[in-house]
Amino acid sequence: MNAPTYNFAYLDEQTKRMIRRAILKAIAIPGYQVPFASREMPMPYGWGTGGVQVTAAILGPKDVLKVIDQGSDDTTNAISIRKFFAKTAGVETTTSTDAATVIQTRHRIPEAPLRAGQVLVYQVPIPEPLRFLEPRETETRRMHALAEYGLMHVKLYEDIARFGHIATSYAYPVKVNARYVMDPSPTPKFDNPKMDNCPALQLFGAGREKRIYAIPPYTSVVSLDFEDHPFTRYKFDAPCALCGAEDSYLDEIVTDNKGSRMFVCSDTDYCEGRQAAGHRGTESVAPHKEAAHG
Amino acid sequence: MVEVTGPSDQPLLVADGLTKSYGRLAACRDVSFALYPGEVLAIVGESGSGKSTLLQMLSAQLAPSGGRVSYRMRDGVLRDLAQLGEAERRFLFRTDWGYVHQDPAQGLRMAVSAGANVGERLMAVGWNNYGRIRQTASSWLERVEIDIARIDDAPRTYSGGMRQRLQIARNLVTEPRLVFMDEPTGGLDVSVQARLLDLMRSLVNELGLAAIVVTHDLAVARLLSHRVMVMKEGRVIETGLTDQVLDDPREPYTQLLVSSILPP
Ligand SMILES: Nc1ncnc2c1ncn2[C@@H]1O[C@H](COP(=O)(O)OP(=O)(O)OP(=O)(O)O)[C@@H](O)[C@H]1O
Ligand SMILES: [Mg+2]
Ligand SMILES: [Zn+2]
Repeated sequence: MNAPTYNFAYLDEQTKRMIRRAILKAIAIPGYQVPFASREMPMPYGWGTGGVQVTAAILGPKDVLKVIDQGSDDTTNAISIRKFFAKTAGVETTTSTDAATVIQTRHRIPEAPLRAGQVLVYQVPIPEPLRFLEPRETETRRMHALAEYGLMHVKLYEDIARFGHIATSYAYPVKVNARYVMDPSPTPKFDNPKMDNCPALQLFGAGREKRIYAIPPYTSVVSLDFEDHPFTRYKFDAPCALCGAEDSYLDEIVTDNKGSRMFVCSDTDYCEGRQAAGHRGTESVAPHKEAAHG
Repeated sequence: MVEVTGPSDQPLLVADGLTKSYGRLAACRDVSFALYPGEVLAIVGESGSGKSTLLQMLSAQLAPSGGRVSYRMRDGVLRDLAQLGEAERRFLFRTDWGYVHQDPAQGLRMAVSAGANVGERLMAVGWNNYGRIRQTASSWLERVEIDIARIDDAPRTYSGGMRQRLQIARNLVTEPRLVFMDEPTGGLDVSVQARLLDLMRSLVNELGLAAIVVTHDLAVARLLSHRVMVMKEGRVIETGLTDQVLDDPREPYTQLLVSSILPP
């Protein structure tokens, strides 16, 4: 049911066509930041207006939309974006990674493998990976054009010199299709390997910075590193306290007012799915929970 | 005075009729010369005589209004700089050339460690082994007399003389054949200048570097250069071997320059 006061998915058709052209160009040049005329959206910039505009431009009436924030479907941000599209586009929404055709995300890539035909839309605050060392926009553009990426390794060098290892753990730079260096900001580097050769289309929207970029399906995405300090995915010491998963990204949560903590999957859909399938962790809400504490 | 060690018969860089006009002002007029491998040329002259303008044209940072600059690439072919693509020109700039600025903040990344400042050019040409980059950076810091213990400090914590020496290390790490310097000792204390000049002189000799040094200071020209070019109002008015020009200037302007700056 479309709400009568809005055009489908809020943006007018003219604007959506403009955004789609930028998306097509981004897909044609994997990892390249395409400028677009970002519009005001009825939400603050920090809420992912770039991602919202990309989602609005690609959404069709038959799509099923999932929105996650830090891996969770239930934060204020995720809920309000989901409601926004339910209201303005009347599309079906879901929390299931598997059931979704379009997934808008901030910070995480779902743990469940994505498949061909799905689109993952990232909300990006800072699209320019060279920015922190080279603030001049004209110069960073030239560096991309000429594939002069020595500066990225300067940053990694600084990490190792200071901390003994590459300490960058979010927004870890990658090279896309052996050409453009891209900032997957602000996802944790844990998720970087999922971007490589992914069957789903990945689109990135930066609202305030007015940039769109893309990783087409099955494209090589390589995390930058040194041969004697290779990229490593973050490894957690313990499995998820709720579902026992050993291969998922964990968040630390406080469980009571005495400061007790536990580590659980940040991807709530994945965690709940595993629990429903009978997997258990040390803190599972299960009949024998008290006993487990001893 | 420095000996020219085995001058090659093929020029490294050739300037031909270089001119730069700003409206009616000719900042640089019809300058021609050839620089040979291993040769150090000083460009002297009073403020506003066109030295920096000329240096910027020679190093392809400023397009001439007339004339051209050719450079012998590592493959031995003499190329017109204006005909190089941007990628080629930038590559030349960070491999076969060095550029030492008077203001180190223009030539260094002030917030990045000294090690990374020196390593950057190596990383830019594809070095991918942290240990080797750091090792090479350390040995260059040693060569320019910077304490290795300071390798992880940013140059903003360095003294003026150290910054200049770091700038030199950062440039020389790719073993360039030609280094441009614009007032490299400007703004430094006299004793700090002397140490820097000493270091530059021995590096230039050891590495067989060619250099073009712009300076107000005739003492710098005397200590570093084989040849000197005197500029006035955008023109080269006198040129020759450094000792000859400074000890026995032909032009009245040069005589004035020599007498006012050099002690009798
Ligand atoms: N971008 C510019 N626009 C207009 N005039 C310029 C420009 N750059 C230089 N000039 C003029 O060209 C002349 C030569 O300047 P240049 O900077 O080359 O002198 P210089 O010999 O390096 O002087 P100094 O010793 O003070 O550094 C000066 O008159 C200067 O004002
Ligand atoms: Mg000058
Ligand atoms: Zn879990």
